[in-house]
Amino acid sequence: MLHRYPKRVPIMMLTLTAILVLYPLWGAALIGDGSEFFLEKLTLMLILGLFAMSLDLLVGVIGLVSLGHALFFGLAGYTLAMASPSYSAASLWWMMPLVMLVSALSALVIGALVLRTRGIFFIMTTLAFGQMLYYLVSDASFTGGSDGLFIMFKPTLAIGDLTLIDLENPLHFFYFVMGVTLLAYLFLHWLIRSYFGQVLDGIHDNEHRMQALGYATYGYKLAAFVISGVLAGVAGMLAAMQYGFANPAQLGWHLSGEVLMMVILGGMGTLFGPLLGAFAYELLHYAFEHLTVYWQLLMGLTIILIVLVLPKGLAGLILDPPRFRLPGAGMKGLFRSGPAALFKARLGPALPHEHDEGRHYE
Amino acid sequence: MNSALLSTRGLTCRFGGLTAVDRVDFDVRPGQVHAILGPNGAGKSTLINLLSGELRPSEGEIHYRQRPIHGLPAHRVARLGIGRSHQKTNIFPRLSCLENCRLAARIHLGGVIASWRSRATARQVDERAEQALATCQLSHRAATPANAMSYGEQRQLQIAMVLATAPTLMLLDEPLAGMGREETARVTELLGALRGDYTLVLIEHDMDSVFALAERITVMVDGRVLETGTTDTIRGSSKVRDVYLGRHQQEEA
Ligand SMILES: Nc1ncnc2c1ncn2[C@@H]1O[C@H](COP(=O)(O)OP(=O)(O)OP(=O)(O)O)[C@@H](O)[C@H]1O
Ligand SMILES: [Mg+2]
Repeated sequence: MLHRYPKRVPIMMLTLTAILVLYPLWGAALIGDGSEFFLEKLTLMLILGLFAMSLDLLVGVIGLVSLGHALFFGLAGYTLAMASPSYSAASLWWMMPLVMLVSALSALVIGALVLRTRGIFFIMTTLAFGQMLYYLVSDASFTGGSDGLFIMFKPTLAIGDLTLIDLENPLHFFYFVMGVTLLAYLFLHWLIRSYFGQVLDGIHDNEHRMQALGYATYGYKLAAFVISGVLAGVAGMLAAMQYGFANPAQLGWHLSGEVLMMVILGGMGTLFGPLLGAFAYELLHYAFEHLTVYWQLLMGLTIILIVLVLPKGLAGLILDPPRFRLPGAGMKGLFRSGPAALFKARLGPALPHEHDEGRHYE
Repeated sequence: MNSALLSTRGLTCRFGGLTAVDRVDFDVRPGQVHAILGPNGAGKSTLINLLSGELRPSEGEIHYRQRPIHGLPAHRVARLGIGRSHQKTNIFPRLSCLENCRLAARIHLGGVIASWRSRATARQVDERAEQALATCQLSHRAATPANAMSYGEQRQLQIAMVLATAPTLMLLDEPLAGMGREETARVTELLGALRGDYTLVLIEHDMDSVFALAERITVMVDGRVLETGTTDTIRGSSKVRDVYLGRHQQEEA
């Protein structure tokens, strides 16, 4: 099947996990004074990675391009802010289920409507729902208008008086976010390989055929939409905890567009790709922001370039690594055949016309 | 009419100004192979699409086992035991043969949830898929991705997928289209072996296969039924010879 990956994928994932887990060992040494700040950046990248994976279930797995996915991300933040008591911390034990329930219900209602449309109309209706909520929270007083709402205390994770993880501690919060993201990854990994995932895959390939076989595809898509919305909600809740506020920007179309770019940059439908995509996007963002005030221009150009060179995103680099088949023997042959050949040798596998479409990984 | 497994009355389908299927009365008797003949654009595929629920009739009725099914969505019709294959090859190219058939079988054995809940059901899905492949002589290709097979094998897989849904009635739209002589003979034999176990509605241009397989034939021209009858009746019909078979033979000559 499609989702059988070469061994280097889990090896890479484990290595990256280990590097992140060991951050206290290398963070301060490598980055120095900024290591606290960078830890928060890493935490945010993990959260956005979770968010991007949730969108990948729609965009990559089913082929439903949503431009309103931030709705669930932002709504969760507002849920947390509004349900938290003002002068004490809420308990994550009931905050987490509450956020998931709100996300699930809103995804159920919105999904039931938007999934009746297809193609460009699906994109437009998801965008419209996102914008509707955006303007609602920007204008309403109970959501704090355009300022949003503050979350004075992060929820606690405790049994009785025993604090399991002190979420106010940045390092602990980082580990907590990492654990949640990892769990979500494993869950989605399992889900898209399950019988359910096979049906989603079939819908992506040929929804019409699935219906002719007897599948009520609408229900499957709706179930996936709800799962995706719940995971986006968990990401949004973590983000609001990290920022300490819920703000209209957390559910605007800007963020919906950005997370879509993370998915495309990382490689649609691969799950680990969008996770990497979120890291890459944020790193680029961070680097360019410090370089120039025109960082958005640079960012746009870089992303266009990456997508052109790597049509299957960063994941394509790992699943289908470029082979350095140099023309002739060694460097001599290289000089003989000139730079054009070098270009082809380096980019060959990534050039679209050299790709056979139905390639599967086993 | 009452002995029919499937029957239509006044079935009509319009695309804008074009009437692709025009007041068709059509009866399929249980256990029979019923072929539909007709020149290109006669409305054969449109008729099948109406029967399978993929198109909604503009007018008219479809009864399956004496119950109305016009207006039901395609997946509901499929669940009633009406399986179909498409004129264009319509398989899941990245899945293996076996996985293609499992996908087809699973929805008719309680769906995803039943396979999750019960190992026995999941095994049943596997068995039915394997059996369908065996019937279509594709067992040796079980693990091969569908897109890695020859065109003829892909057409066979399409039939296997319909079989895996364990249908009562099979609607096959040009199962032999584009096949070589040898493949045509093999698949004709395969379809012959299905006779008796299934009721078949078969659209086919290959005359030899049609006359070898079909018990009844309906000839369509311009969306209308020109004539319906036993294979011998149709073979002997002057009307059919004039309008259709004659044209067919002229083309071949
Ligand atoms: N979705 C559609 N929209 C508009 N016109 C259609 C549509 N489907 C079929 N038609 C038209 O209806 C008529 C009948 O088409 P149909 O595909 O049923 O013919 P057919 O008998 O299957 O022909 P063939 O032997 O070429 O497969 C044709 O004129 C075709 O162009
Ligand atoms: Mg046709």
